[in-house]
Amino acid sequence: MGATVKNFIKQLGLPRLIILALFIALCITAVVLKQDFGLISSDVIRRFGMFGVLALAMIPSIQCGTGPNFALPIGVICGLLGALITIEFGLTSPALGRGFISAVLIALPFAVASGLVYGMLLNRIKGSEMLVATYTGFSIVSFMQIGWVTLPFNHPEMVWPIGKGLRVTIALDSSYGGVLNNFMAFYIGGTKIPTGLLLFFFGSCFIVWLFSRSKAGIALRAAGDNPRFAAASGIDVDKNRIIGTVLSTVIGAIGIIVYSQSYGFLSLYLDPLYMAFPAVAAVLIGGASTRKARISHAIIGVFLFQGILTVALPVANQMFPEGNLSEVLRMIVQNGIILYALTKVGGEA
Amino acid sequence: MAEVSKVVVNKTDKSDSKNAIKRFLVDSSVPVLFVIVCLLGVYFSKLPMLYIVNELMTRITRNAFLVLALIIPVIAGLGLNFGIVIGAMAGQFAIIAVKHWHIGGFAGFMACIALSTPMAILFGILTAKLLNRTKGQEMISSMIAGFFATGIYQFILLFLVGTLIPMKDEVLVLTRGIGITNTIDLSKGGNLTYSLDNLLKLPLFEVLAAASVAALIIILINFYMQRKNGREYSHFKLAWRILLCIGIFATSFYIISAKSPLRTVKLPIATTVAILALCLFNSLILKTKLGQDFRTIGQDLHIAKISGIDVDRTRQIAVVISTILAAWGQIIFLQNIGTLSTYGSHVQVATFAIAAILLGGASVTKATNGQAILGVILFHTLFIVSPKAGNNLFGEAQIGEFFRAFVAYGVIGVALGLHAWKKTVVIRKK
Repeated sequence: MGATVKNFIKQLGLPRLIILALFIALCITAVVLKQDFGLISSDVIRRFGMFGVLALAMIPSIQCGTGPNFALPIGVICGLLGALITIEFGLTSPALGRGFISAVLIALPFAVASGLVYGMLLNRIKGSEMLVATYTGFSIVSFMQIGWVTLPFNHPEMVWPIGKGLRVTIALDSSYGGVLNNFMAFYIGGTKIPTGLLLFFFGSCFIVWLFSRSKAGIALRAAGDNPRFAAASGIDVDKNRIIGTVLSTVIGAIGIIVYSQSYGFLSLYLDPLYMAFPAVAAVLIGGASTRKARISHAIIGVFLFQGILTVALPVANQMFPEGNLSEVLRMIVQNGIILYALTKVGGEA
Repeated sequence: MAEVSKVVVNKTDKSDSKNAIKRFLVDSSVPVLFVIVCLLGVYFSKLPMLYIVNELMTRITRNAFLVLALIIPVIAGLGLNFGIVIGAMAGQFAIIAVKHWHIGGFAGFMACIALSTPMAILFGILTAKLLNRTKGQEMISSMIAGFFATGIYQFILLFLVGTLIPMKDEVLVLTRGIGITNTIDLSKGGNLTYSLDNLLKLPLFEVLAAASVAALIIILINFYMQRKNGREYSHFKLAWRILLCIGIFATSFYIISAKSPLRTVKLPIATTVAILALCLFNSLILKTKLGQDFRTIGQDLHIAKISGIDVDRTRQIAVVISTILAAWGQIIFLQNIGTLSTYGSHVQVATFAIAAILLGGASVTKATNGQAILGVILFHTLFIVSPKAGNNLFGEAQIGEFFRAFVAYGVIGVALGLHAWKKTVVIRKK
């Protein structure tokens, strides 16, 4: 009995156990403090769907062997471009999901192209993917700051009334804001179930799962699991790494569009800078490592991570009315789990 | 036969010199490029020279110590230490405590140094423990460790102060009695502002003129001593150094004698001495047994281990030294700035310091004092001129600001990418 418990803890990892305990403790505190259960659970579900697709983007990149995609901002930028172009040309008819579908479709070619280029880059720097990815993401985001000022967007809802460039946040009320959240939404008790959002997220998971069962998906995982063995059995490892990167970038682009429709705003400039970290942390919390990940890891991880943050918010506000304890908690949990995963990578010497 | 060998020798000679030029261009392509970018920026910004020199002087003396704190981990093979953020936090903890006790002036400054050191040692040991468990991924680990530590730092200062840590201070603690305020004015209640800078200030160009003469004399004496001992001495190096000294002297002399407004620029002597002392420390430590160990583990962990070096311990010492220096560097930085942004001052420290040293031509595996100083000059020139240059060129100051942010991140990205690429090429060759 003792041995199995020990084994279970070892398999789960101490940090995950702490996080799980924290989540349960927070839930109990919320009940004790008589928080509005409906409001909190609605929020947990909404944020679960909102961040889900972004976390899902980590799965193909981990599976193909390039590690968690710290360069997620590349995909995010592509998604933002898709959304911006959609609004600029007014492709927001109800048939196009009030712009949601058109944004996804426009983002796709950008994401595929940049994923290809980025995948080729990753093939030259094997072994240091995470670090280089982080700074590639940072560089792209800071470069696109110049882009947001200089690109020829003119739509009055997006540009500053005076001066040059796009606004920092762009409201999506007149386009696809909330389109998934409100699709067939219903209430159980006080809890709002955003059916469209959940359907979309689980649908995306299902598609990624289907892909991983296909011949291409199996080759991809083989290339990631054991590159030498894969190469020996005739799998082009480099090509599969590129496929994984493209997939991850594409899912990232779709992810930010889903995120923004739930958030109600597009946020530009420095906001995408740290986008990758919560997504990476989520899959790691769900049980993934930097080398192995399953779709269930993304689902469980996002639920736990966003669950903690959402429940912590009202609880922390009641205990410490000033100061953002929830944000501090996010920083500690998020970076703590990434550090833990890094210590498990295994050193060179 | 003789002819054949001659030809071969000639060939290698030629390709060697060709390689040397190529290597020089590759090695210093980044600084050369950014010298050009900076000069263009200075030209297009149309800022008065006095302003630029004054501003640059302040920024170099403010920031150089932090950048120099990066060198030892690079030599010890830990790469660029993003963990100096953690050292900076130790410095800030110390400043808050010293502000609380109202110790001002140079005594206050020394109190900050004394108080930050044990904290920095502790933080350094913890960071090193982590980095020893993540060999091969030190840089990303130290970066994430910085983020993680920022979370802990905020938790301590926002929620533990006033609850677990008893502290009553009307100025420093928020009105509800828990947590430290967002900004702390260092000049009020025990003045820490310029506590090091204002110890002694002399006109910059007079100091430069005197220093260049002194340097020239030292170089010449050194040259004769070396020749007397029959050691080889690179004439190219000698000529280059003498020219540099004469150049500095001539410019300084011209500025003083022409009564140019630039002669009013003043140099904080104590801060400069601290920076020079750190440069000296960085180069002297390499001559010790410890420094040689740093080098050996920097070159090859495996060989270092076989030759009996306690790798983990040596790496730990390197990280601790860097963390302490970062704490001191942050204190020097903040006494010049004059306000501590409690939750923001440390955040960008590593990014900016690393971008600076890379602009100076350093890489993940090689960094020198000269590169650090050159890098600080280039980085801050870019910082000063780019908003104005952006405004004059594009009619938008923002573009210049965004450009310098892009340079900071971009240069790190490119340097890390190149390093990783080289590593895979080496592995493939093996």
